[in-house]
Amino acid sequence: MADEPLVLGIETSCDETGVGIVRGHTLLADAIASSVDEHARFGGVVPEVASRAHLEAMVPTIQRALKEAGVSATDLDGIAVTAGPGLAGALLVGVSAAKAYAYALGKPLYGVNHLASHICVDQLEHGPLPEPTMALLVSGGHSSLLLAPDITGDVRPLGSTIDDAAGEAFDKVARVLGLGFPGGPAIDRYSREGDPAAIRFPRGLTGGRDPIYDFSFSGLKTAVARWVEGKRREGADVPVADVAASFQEAVVDVLTRKAIRACKDNGVDHLMIGGGVAANSRLRSLAKERCEDAGIVLRVPRPKLCTDNGAMVAALGAEMVARGRPASTLDLPADSSLQVTEVSVPGHTH
Amino acid sequence: MPTLAVGASRTLVTVLLLAFDTATPAVTAALHDGRSVLAESTEVDARRHGELLMPAVDRVLREAGTKLDAVTGIVVGVGPGPYTGLRVGLVTAAAFGDALGIPVHGICTLDGIAYAAGQAGLAEGPFVVATDARRKEVYWARYDSPRSRVTGPAVDRPADIAEQVTGVPAVGQGAVLYPEVFTGVRTDPAAPVHQSAAALVALAVVKLEAGEDFLPPLPLYLRRPDAQVPAGYKAVLPK
Ligand SMILES: [Zn+2]
Repeated sequence: MADEPLVLGIETSCDETGVGIVRGHTLLADAIASSVDEHARFGGVVPEVASRAHLEAMVPTIQRALKEAGVSATDLDGIAVTAGPGLAGALLVGVSAAKAYAYALGKPLYGVNHLASHICVDQLEHGPLPEPTMALLVSGGHSSLLLAPDITGDVRPLGSTIDDAAGEAFDKVARVLGLGFPGGPAIDRYSREGDPAAIRFPRGLTGGRDPIYDFSFSGLKTAVARWVEGKRREGADVPVADVAASFQEAVVDVLTRKAIRACKDNGVDHLMIGGGVAANSRLRSLAKERCEDAGIVLRVPRPKLCTDNGAMVAALGAEMVARGRPASTLDLPADSSLQVTEVSVPGHTH
Repeated sequence: MPTLAVGASRTLVTVLLLAFDTATPAVTAALHDGRSVLAESTEVDARRHGELLMPAVDRVLREAGTKLDAVTGIVVGVGPGPYTGLRVGLVTAAAFGDALGIPVHGICTLDGIAYAAGQAGLAEGPFVVATDARRKEVYWARYDSPRSRVTGPAVDRPADIAEQVTGVPAVGQGAVLYPEVFTGVRTDPAAPVHQSAAALVALAVVKLEAGEDFLPPLPLYLRRPDAQVPAGYKAVLPK
């Protein structure tokens, strides 16, 4: 439909320079430039390397997205950008670019929350999100259970990790096993050859007195490292596939168990899973199984929309335009620790 | 409408240049029509370049009674300067250039400060420009005259360049911060401490008239990114 808002979204909170273009709930372009290869030898994202890469990639990625969508920048109804949370210097490149394009083109600017964007992106895959929606966001930077009564204005945190993010645990365990960075895809691949019940690794924060919706992956990561070190000290071979599968099972068991519990407790019959770890095949299959058992409709976007991208930012921006939400002012700050309850950032002079 | 005779051919062109620089603690923007600076805005706040730049651009355009789409070219300081702030100016310039289809001219930030020193009548002979590079270092360059840089830009600890700069007239916050090394620091109130986009854009006009080349609008970082390689584990499996 031509009268749906045409919005360009810019995402630079971590190591992906993402520019997406959507019309309402329709994805028109999803251009990504990743600096992941530059970080690989460091075993993690180096903020300054990421920021430099964003600056280099910004204009070419915007041009690529416009070309891919077959639209002209002058046709846009708005420009949305991740205002936080994320790496401060990286966010600032995207926010500055978004302001410049918005100002030069005379378009409204929408500074939006990265986490809310991860939820909203599923509208591009499965149509309008029911409200409220329960969301489980899991990546190298976040592990959160969120209740979203209104994706453009009311997102409530139910629980989050108290130490490492789920994706971080994947990276660290992959390093222990010598599987390289990023760890998620490697662990997933090795796990397919392994036995998930081979080693009983601990399930963090699942005791009777533990916080119901919070996560902890630090103890699990240490348990895996200790187990592997023990084997090496004995001079025994490390069964990499079994370790990977058993570790992965411990993570996705806790994630899905708590997400289903959150749905039941809050009377929500839809669960969306987003973030880079949502690409994990075991998380997808176990969530499907458990949701079916519990009568909950599961929504997981395709992997490319789960990882950080510009389309998710555009998706939330388009929803804000459609609902007449106010635009941000030109002094919009980048906020590295933006709370999820702040779905959008109005700017100082609003 | 004022025109500018550009390059050896003295071609008359209409210019309206928007300049900004975020490589020093100043967030500075100015507009020049080839004859004079029409408006300028300078605020010093090293931590808020990202928030202050676009309102400053909007302010100078309004003050001059014009709009961004009337601008014929962007002039941007390419540093050296602390990276996070520096990138704000550069990505803004690149985005304006792309959105409006106009050229983006890069100028070394230190050259802008040197030009300002010349405008203030403080650069009779050789002199030094130094800015704060943080981590107890300075970005610096030596000039024979306000339009002639002879060494640099470079980033160094003041003590390591004492031989080259002690006793030489110096301007810029780097010189102000380390007077024991920059003994020739000019304390005259007219001496430039941070960048001024008005001086930068005036320099750009002189360069355009002379048909000189500009720098590409890419950052002069001068340092490699900080990155710690984790000790890590040895791979247990062959790749
Ligand atoms: Zn993310």
